[in-house]
Amino acid sequence: MALPSLVTLAQALGPVQQDHLLQARQMQALSFAVHIPLVCFGVAFPVMVLVMEWMGHRTGDPLYLAIARRWSRIMVALFAVGVITGTILSFEMGLLWPNFTATFGGVFGLGFAIEGFSFFLEAIFIGIYIYGWDRLSPRAHMLSALPIVFTGFSGSWMVIAVNAWMNHPSGFRLVRGEAVDIHPVHALFANSYLWHELVHMYLAGYIVTGFVVAGAYAISRLRGRWSRYERTALVVPLTIAALAAPVQVLVGDWAARDVAESQPTKLAALEGLGRTESGAPLHVLGWYHDGEVKFGIAVPKMLSVLSFHDPNARVEGLDAVPPAQRPPVNVTRVSFQTMVGIGTLLALLGAIVLYVRVRRRALPEWRWFYYALAAAGPLSVVALICGWIVTEVGRQPWVVYRVMPTSQAVTDAGGIPVGYATLWIVYLAVGAGVLWILRRLARAPLPETLIASPPGVASAPPTGD
Amino acid sequence: MSLQELPMVFVLLGLVFYVVLGGADFGAAMWQFAVGRGERGERIREHAHEAVGPVWEANHVWLIFVLTVTWTAYPAAFGSLASTLSVALFVAGLGIIVRGAAYALRSGTTDPREIGRIDAASAISSVLTPFALGAAVGGLATGRVPFGNAKGDLITSWLNPTSIFIGALAVAFCAYLAAVYLAADAARRGDADLVRDFRARALGAGAVSGVLSIAGLVVLHHDAYRLYHELVAGDGLPAVIVSVLAGLATFGLVVRERFEPARYTAGLAVAAIVAGWALAQSPVFLPGLTVKQAAAPHDVLVAITVAVLGGAVILFPSLVLLFRLTLGGRLGHAEEQPAATPAAARQLVLAAAPGLLGRVAAACALAGIGFLTVAEAGWAHAVGVVALFGFIVAGFAGTVPALLEGEAGAYSSRR
Repeated sequence: MALPSLVTLAQALGPVQQDHLLQARQMQALSFAVHIPLVCFGVAFPVMVLVMEWMGHRTGDPLYLAIARRWSRIMVALFAVGVITGTILSFEMGLLWPNFTATFGGVFGLGFAIEGFSFFLEAIFIGIYIYGWDRLSPRAHMLSALPIVFTGFSGSWMVIAVNAWMNHPSGFRLVRGEAVDIHPVHALFANSYLWHELVHMYLAGYIVTGFVVAGAYAISRLRGRWSRYERTALVVPLTIAALAAPVQVLVGDWAARDVAESQPTKLAALEGLGRTESGAPLHVLGWYHDGEVKFGIAVPKMLSVLSFHDPNARVEGLDAVPPAQRPPVNVTRVSFQTMVGIGTLLALLGAIVLYVRVRRRALPEWRWFYYALAAAGPLSVVALICGWIVTEVGRQPWVVYRVMPTSQAVTDAGGIPVGYATLWIVYLAVGAGVLWILRRLARAPLPETLIASPPGVASAPPTGD
Repeated sequence: MSLQELPMVFVLLGLVFYVVLGGADFGAAMWQFAVGRGERGERIREHAHEAVGPVWEANHVWLIFVLTVTWTAYPAAFGSLASTLSVALFVAGLGIIVRGAAYALRSGTTDPREIGRIDAASAISSVLTPFALGAAVGGLATGRVPFGNAKGDLITSWLNPTSIFIGALAVAFCAYLAAVYLAADAARRGDADLVRDFRARALGAGAVSGVLSIAGLVVLHHDAYRLYHELVAGDGLPAVIVSVLAGLATFGLVVRERFEPARYTAGLAVAAIVAGWALAQSPVFLPGLTVKQAAAPHDVLVAITVAVLGGAVILFPSLVLLFRLTLGGRLGHAEEQPAATPAAARQLVLAAAPGLLGRVAAACALAGIGFLTVAEAGWAHAVGVVALFGFIVAGFAGTVPALLEGEAGAYSSRR
């Protein structure tokens, strides 16, 4: 029997007339913006908890173990919320974009299936790790965290593989608008576009988690609570973020060069380049209007240098494609500039930490530094979301770049505005609940005996009086 | 069985696990609500909450597994059912959000009033989600989900006699499974009061499930005769018989307080219902579309089959480990305060290391810039990324001990 072709079926889902495409996109964006900071914690927090636990077992200092325990409770609460927001995202693949899934599910679905297994293993071992304190031997307990660390990486690898495919599709042939000859493994993993996105996102996980956690303890210090507990709990995440933030600048530059090569229209949108030019300038700040950037600071030839390492390179402008195929320029561009601006500041903050460490073997003492650190947490989340706006809005009007327009992927069902409004209400409530529980978990004081014993001095358990 | 049908077996297995494990979690949340205040009610609530603790996350990932395999292997059918059943699935999604958030929030409070409110939200959502998912199944089973982008009725596809019956049955099953499991957990902990409480609940919920099932046959007879016929006289019959026998066995085991085997027979009773539905509907997926016709092309099916089998090789031992630890009572709530650790006091890093680590980090940073930023080849970029991660690791190892010791020194001198 001849195989029924996926594509004839997909065609039967038919053309779409959806009045609320924008709300559907915003609903997806909302779900994503809620989920992605939790992903950062799923990727990077287990590493920090594990490092803290290892330090505790190695030095015999109970304070490290107490911090690891406390963090692990926050980790599991955030993971639980991540499970539900992730479930909602997978629902929305069908609820909002049935034609996308129906047409290309065979091409990209494999990535999500493997990601499902990663998520599964992460959930299993988080259960073992969290409920295994005091019940498993230190070695078995730390071993149970390793799969969490690994699946945090493999899960983001799979999801990014799908996103990279949407931005740089391959692994199928297009015959009269239909996908045939599908090779899912090739589509997902032989994609040159995957690697910069993966590294960029994975590092972002460490930067966001590092600065958010360190920022919380910076606030403690500003409020006058600065015992050995707060210092220790600040040093570990801060060091990771301080090292990762400067690296992210280099990785971001690499990403932009790949975008210039594979998605010239996206690059033109995020730089506000109206006309194709040789020796194109870079504009900082400003506003795109009518084919050019107004009120921006122009740096001559810089865009050509950054994109192609050649001051006279030709950079494709928005005019290379018809207006209907251009992404919304200012949304993309302002998000891009915000991400780059915040990223640069975070890298500077990291460089300061490293400089003071090299010169004085200590943390910076300035009060402004701790204010900056407190701001760095929320700012890093803003940069993270802006980065995803750049990738996703910059891909518009395509859901699969230059293959399927978003307007053809959307559902034909009504009621999207109702769903969108409902999701806002529910997510606001969940957000409020999460903030409430984090405050609760943070407020409980640690026992004095733990805080008062410096490492190495009182490794023996404190004797009772 | 052909390659086109194999992924459907995975989907149904995932669904069975979701019902048997995730469903019991919804049921536990229902029991957390349906108790009064006072010391006894509080113990029931705590037991229902703590028993699911270590396995909560894992139980809920089964649904994600079901969704991802369906849209990979049967993309067009998935698009059709997700768009027509969007309201039911959205309601289920909302329930999952509230249930999960309530689970996460509960660990943050010990105030009885706050716990009461959280449990109420949790219980309402735990009724909503199984009902909506069951109702969606009802839409599929009665052929109310046609092929195409939201081509079916957005409301009657899941609010019809069969859907309402299957939704109600799903809620009853969840409560039933949870009561049996919680009775078994209580028996393991040797808590006679709790055993009595959950034994009574298990028997009650089991009786309700049984009566509902019989009443449901009447509904099916009127609303979905083909399905009814297949279940009582066709391919679905053996599964129905297994389910009835397993259900009766569970009832008997619970009466005789043999809860551990009852766990498995209860799970079997519910799993057989899912199998019965699948057998009764087979080979049709959506009206006019068989499972074979809905399947993705050959290469995709091979890839997903390899991925699922490969994943299962890792997944099942991990799951077995989790459940053995949980059921063996090896996992539980940790004290906030650790017991004193007898480990030897060692330095974090060898004394000679910091200077060396600093040089390694600097070398890695330079290599990273050279290979990632200056060079253009793909392999060079890979080397650059590895070098930059080396910079982070070496920098971390060189920085943290210095900062912690420096701080400790400053601390002791200040004292």
